[in-house]
Amino acid sequence: MKRCLMCCVAATLLAGHVLAQAKAKAQNVPEISYDSVPNFLKLPPGLYLGEAMGVATNSKGHLFVFTRSANTRLFEFDQNGKYVREIGEGNYGFEFAHSVRVDPEDNIWVVDEGTNMVIKFNPAGRVVMVLGHRPDAEAGAVATNPPPPRQPAEKYLFGRPTDVGWDPQGNIFVSDGYVNNRVVKYDKNGRFLAQAGSEAPGAEPGQMNLPHGLAVDGQGNVYVADRSNNRMQVFDNNLKLKAVYDNIGTSWTVCVSPGPHQYLFTSNSNPNGNTPGSWENTGEIYKMELDGTIIGRFGHASKQMGGFQVVHMMDCRNPNEIIVAEIESWRVQKLLLKPLAGKAGASAVR
Amino acid sequence: MKHLLQSFIAALLLGGAAVAQVPEIAFDSNPDLLKPPSSIYLGEIGGVAANSKGDIFVYTRTGHPTISIGTARPFAHGGSRLFQFDKTGKFVREIGQDSYGFLVAQQLRVDPQDNVWIVDQMSSMVIKFDPNAQIQLLLGRKAEAERVPALPLNPQPAPAGAAPAGRGAGRGAAPADAEAPAGRAGRGGPPGAGQQSDVFQRPTDVAWDSAGNIYVADGFGNSRVAKFDKYGKFVKSWGSRGTMQGQFNQVHGLAIDAQNNVYVADTANKRIQVFDSDGNFKSQISDVGSPAALCITPGARQYLYSSNSNPPEDIDANGEIYKLDLNGKILGKFGRAGKRPKEFGSVNAISCRSENELLVGEIGNWRVQKLTLHPAN
Repeated sequence: MKRCLMCCVAATLLAGHVLAQAKAKAQNVPEISYDSVPNFLKLPPGLYLGEAMGVATNSKGHLFVFTRSANTRLFEFDQNGKYVREIGEGNYGFEFAHSVRVDPEDNIWVVDEGTNMVIKFNPAGRVVMVLGHRPDAEAGAVATNPPPPRQPAEKYLFGRPTDVGWDPQGNIFVSDGYVNNRVVKYDKNGRFLAQAGSEAPGAEPGQMNLPHGLAVDGQGNVYVADRSNNRMQVFDNNLKLKAVYDNIGTSWTVCVSPGPHQYLFTSNSNPNGNTPGSWENTGEIYKMELDGTIIGRFGHASKQMGGFQVVHMMDCRNPNEIIVAEIESWRVQKLLLKPLAGKAGASAVR
Repeated sequence: MKHLLQSFIAALLLGGAAVAQVPEIAFDSNPDLLKPPSSIYLGEIGGVAANSKGDIFVYTRTGHPTISIGTARPFAHGGSRLFQFDKTGKFVREIGQDSYGFLVAQQLRVDPQDNVWIVDQMSSMVIKFDPNAQIQLLLGRKAEAERVPALPLNPQPAPAGAAPAGRGAGRGAAPADAEAPAGRAGRGGPPGAGQQSDVFQRPTDVAWDSAGNIYVADGFGNSRVAKFDKYGKFVKSWGSRGTMQGQFNQVHGLAIDAQNNVYVADTANKRIQVFDSDGNFKSQISDVGSPAALCITPGARQYLYSSNSNPPEDIDANGEIYKLDLNGKILGKFGRAGKRPKEFGSVNAISCRSENELLVGEIGNWRVQKLTLHPAN
């Protein structure tokens, strides 16, 4: 507690008006150098990405990008960045993209915060399951942030959901979201099992304030980007709180790599708006062990290639090749991480 | 004292005479230069500009601006498109199809490297396309959702003689209703000063100095000029809403000369203010009506064109374009408001790569005219 207070004081002195994001960041973290692959995504003429909200790869290395262009759209590219096809064009659930993830069977799942839907496409691109229900149009536009008292969160309805993940048994986890402040667990058939958090935001351990992304490890533990609380929370498979990682700035999005040795990535994305000073204190991505040990960090806020402009999502199927989707530069970059000099993880500080 | 008064009157007479004696510049127009394919219609012209090869880019309000009902918010889509023509007016291609940032076309400029920059008034974004039509830089961010002011479904009948309810404000007018986030004061700053960042409120124009720094006119919602380095990092901004030196009331456009002076069309204050590249006030130019579109010619001897554009709802006033020296001396004027060729309907953009060959884009007449000027000397 005392150390945390000192951190806060130091951050206040250093950062001033970007205090909210600068506080509680580990010091002396090794920098991981990297290259951004030039012209990675090759869009055909006349096709443009808008805000790049979600990016994910399947087992063949094909890439799926969920983007806000004039309409929300889902595109597939091959492992070389060549355009393959559009999926889900004109479907009822696409309004305001937020996340795309690919499950171990190469099904493509999207989360749309403009329709409150989580949609599962099979590898052929057909809808095979939906979670949530789009409010009927005749209800009009519903308030984004309803005034208290809040309605208890419904088991099968979302309030601007943000992300989706699965455990090895195929159970489904949904972070929900901007209106509710919870993580919901469903079985593989979409039947409600449990939730952590509630409709109300909170800062106590186990409570959430804008759960903005999640990822599940090989043991079924759930890592939640608790964005407005400037921390990541780790829950076990039954959604009981296990740990809090609060030395990584603001956790916007998380990613867990597959394989026998899994790594955890989280982005302290620079906030929307680019206020002076924000670029100096935000924008980096942390590479961590699952237990929270920080291995290194990479990246910084900038509008140029190689820099980040509000990283919204990462793919880390290969922990040395990170693909990032950025909101404010409307682009997807593939980053080739270089090995750390010296002993990895040795100088990590908690 | 008497002497002073006399010279004052003399000055008044001279000044009045000078205004009355602005020479008319003869000109011809080709209003049918651009030939879009039959499936494409130009709408209101937000911006038009030529690149170094003479190719012409048009950012136009066309198609269907759409608001869709999402879970919690109304989302805005479409309403503007960007087209490229060659110098003979032949259609080349569309750029930025279905762009997230294309809502209400406001301006288009081509920089010295032939990058094409558009300014969108409703998405409050500035978007830079390279010559290959790929997006290179974004400034600003479209609001996630739009406020959509609407009349009640069953409005009460208006009393006889009352103005029709819900009539839109004129082009560029600062919104008067409480729905619009007009001129939000940035972090306690004066009204219209905006946030110290690339958050715009209805921006209107973009320009660059010789170092590649970017200047954004911001605009109708805010009343400031914002400066960024060539990588898009915020440097500073200046201005707030008002009538004093360095204040603005509708920043409708800007242009930068070879000495990096920044000319700002301060429309509702009926003046062009000139600043150095750090925003220090240098001078102001009056007697050119309400400047709504500016252009500075390239080359050793530079000229400034400024349009006293008519409001879209009235073609019986204004409309003329002035030609000036950079020191503010008015050299001549041409044109008037109207719908025929050689007449102007709310000119919103002027492209002036050559002193006597101009492209003008009109809000009112949905067209681009190519003008050939015939100055007397």
